[in-house]
Amino acid sequence: MPVDHTKNIIEVENVSFGYNEELVLEKINFNIHKGDYLGVIGPNGGGKSTLLKLILGLLTPSQGTIKLFGIDVRNFKEWWRVGYVPQKVVNFDVNFPATVFEVVSMGRYGRKGLFRQLNREDRKIIEQSLEQVEMMEYRNRMIGDLSGGQQQRVFIARAMAAQPEVIFLDEPTAGVDVPSQGKFYDLLKKLNRELELTLVFVSHDIEAVVHDVTELAFVNKALTYDDHPIDISHHKLEKLYGHKKHILYKDNKNK
Amino acid sequence: MMEIFQYGFAVRGLEAGLIIGLIAPLIGMFLVLRRYSLIADTLAHVSLAGIAMGFLLGLNPLFTAIGSTVLSSVIIERLRLSRKVYGESALAIFLSGSLALAVVLISLSKGFNVGLLNYLFGSIVTVTQTDVYVIAALGTVVAILIWLLYKELIYITFDEESAQVSGIPTRLINTLLIILAALTVSLSIPIVGVLLISALMVIPVVTALQFRQSFVKTIFIAEAVSLFSVLVGILTSFSLDLSTGGTIVLVSLLIFMVTLGMKRK
Repeated sequence: MPVDHTKNIIEVENVSFGYNEELVLEKINFNIHKGDYLGVIGPNGGGKSTLLKLILGLLTPSQGTIKLFGIDVRNFKEWWRVGYVPQKVVNFDVNFPATVFEVVSMGRYGRKGLFRQLNREDRKIIEQSLEQVEMMEYRNRMIGDLSGGQQQRVFIARAMAAQPEVIFLDEPTAGVDVPSQGKFYDLLKKLNRELELTLVFVSHDIEAVVHDVTELAFVNKALTYDDHPIDISHHKLEKLYGHKKHILYKDNKNK
Repeated sequence: MMEIFQYGFAVRGLEAGLIIGLIAPLIGMFLVLRRYSLIADTLAHVSLAGIAMGFLLGLNPLFTAIGSTVLSSVIIERLRLSRKVYGESALAIFLSGSLALAVVLISLSKGFNVGLLNYLFGSIVTVTQTDVYVIAALGTVVAILIWLLYKELIYITFDEESAQVSGIPTRLINTLLIILAALTVSLSIPIVGVLLISALMVIPVVTALQFRQSFVKTIFIAEAVSLFSVLVGILTSFSLDLSTGGTIVLVSLLIFMVTLGMKRK
């Protein structure tokens, strides 16, 4: 059943951001709708990660506003509604003493709040998340002993344990071998199509994104949005990557 | 060996030592995994300046040590966050700066040099009844806070950015952790001394990490190593009239080396 992709859950309005004088992002406008599987692509240094950090409240825009579920990001408190899968496989301590179950439990912590311990219901949700990514049988293994692909599934489960409405993935396939990547895309597709979870997949690799996404945004200082990603021809992408200052603007479907 | 219990000071030393042995690895676990082991050493040197000040002003050195380390820990954290100074440089500044202050304060007031030696390397003889009460009370506070903030601490230690995105107040928790570290360092001084404190926070944790177990189990192993080292260290140093702090640290080092040797096989 096709999801109704009209309800805005994240609104980025006229957002600019710069380090020192130089603008990294300029006048960004776009919305993420409920049920979207949005691919965000662009060259390295084009501002993808900065845009992600702005939406996640890790950076504050120099100009413009970002709203999550209708609330300005600066006043947003319900962070459990927003899941995050970082570029983990590349930069995490493989000797860290934690089991798969302990890592996925972390996903519940923000939602529980300070001074409150996990109860039986939390543990049930954690186990469900592990089952959804098919990692239940690894629950007592050390996180560092798993392969890159398995670790990435565990981090997906951690994000899911908070029962979020949208999950942001930052270059999630970096450091994951190619066969596991295919399985990983299938998992994401399943989460989006079957559980109607909104996904935002940030990557410099077009190949990684272009398979299953329902929307595509191209970020290189400015942002180009496309809700028919299949239409994106190689010619167009070449143009987007090749000419940094001359970007085709396509109308956002909500305008 | 049992005659140790006939001496009040020895019993006080054991009581204080076991409490320290309990809380040091709890804090050490998070410091080691965050590559922040050096903070313990830095705060220990800061506490020396505090102790010297206590002697000079005629106050209980334990109190002045606690005051100076807690204050410095907050400033160190601020400096690190401001990014005006690299985190490690901030530690180096405080480490040498406070040592300089301590030396100047010591030279100002002559006559407490013997007592000071005990504070440098630890001695159960220095533990007063007041110290035991203070160590027990603050040790309980540290242990309870670690237990209450366990979920936030483990998440921040594993992945600070994701913890922040999930809504955990990372700045608050980081500041609390460093204050708890400062408290633990100050409380450990009478037993292991300024120069050996970081060993007590680091060695049992590093030993436990060799077993590659879950976070919870690793904490328990570190606790066992730490408590065993303190107990055997104090008893041995009492029987053979050796330095308490030095003996405790050597016992824990011995366990660490045996663990490494076992892994080889």
